[in-house]
Amino acid sequence: MSNSNEMTVIASKGTLDWAYPPFILASTGIAMGKEVTVFCTFYGLNLLLKDLSHLRISPQGNPDMPMKMPFGPKWFQAIDFGPKIPNIFWNIPGMELFATRMMLRTFKNNGMASIEELRSICVEMGVKFIACEMTMGMFGFSRDDFIEGIEFAGAATYLDVADKSNQDLFI
Amino acid sequence: MADQTLDMCGYACPMPILKTKQALAKMNKKEVIEVTCTDQGSKKDFTAFCNQLGHKLLSQKDDGNKIIFNIQKN
Repeated sequence: MSNSNEMTVIASKGTLDWAYPPFILASTGIAMGKEVTVFCTFYGLNLLLKDLSHLRISPQGNPDMPMKMPFGPKWFQAIDFGPKIPNIFWNIPGMELFATRMMLRTFKNNGMASIEELRSICVEMGVKFIACEMTMGMFGFSRDDFIEGIEFAGAATYLDVADKSNQDLFI
Repeated sequence: MADQTLDMCGYACPMPILKTKQALAKMNKKEVIEVTCTDQGSKKDFTAFCNQLGHKLLSQKDDGNKIIFNIQKN
């Protein structure tokens, strides 16, 4: 179905960094005239909660993450602390929050939109969001925890939509 | 001259494309929008965006670290 103008995304991750790709691709897809459906499952369900302020990044077990400071003189900002810091350091309480704050600052310095902003553009432009009903029950969420205007369904609904689309991304 | 201008300097991908799309939606056919941005990735992105939707990329010029696009609505 190469002439289909539909696109689907499976959003399966719920950390702050991984929240970006589904929203960026979904909003860009719709801006390019596609019909876009995002199926949020497992940790990806977090992306549809009303309150997104709990989203964090975790440097723990994430050795690829560059650790550059978003402030200070240029030479200081150029240092990559990632390989210099032993991973056990990130076990210290509060370090995840610190890394999240640094990342948010970096996003801002680079002119990146916030997740809230990108999500509301997606909703405004007509991206269809499906929350995985099964994961919702498993994680103990209720429908009231989620933003308005989304659908609640399961794998079969997603696969039915994906059948008509020619771009399906698993994130 | 452009019928409308949009300044997206300092905004990263995908905001220049999203805001351009929203601005184009409010314009009439054949009208021209001038978008200024600093996101270097948008050089290729605007070409792809216009190709996909049939808008005409009339011009694209570099002005220091800024890029200025003129796009005619399809």
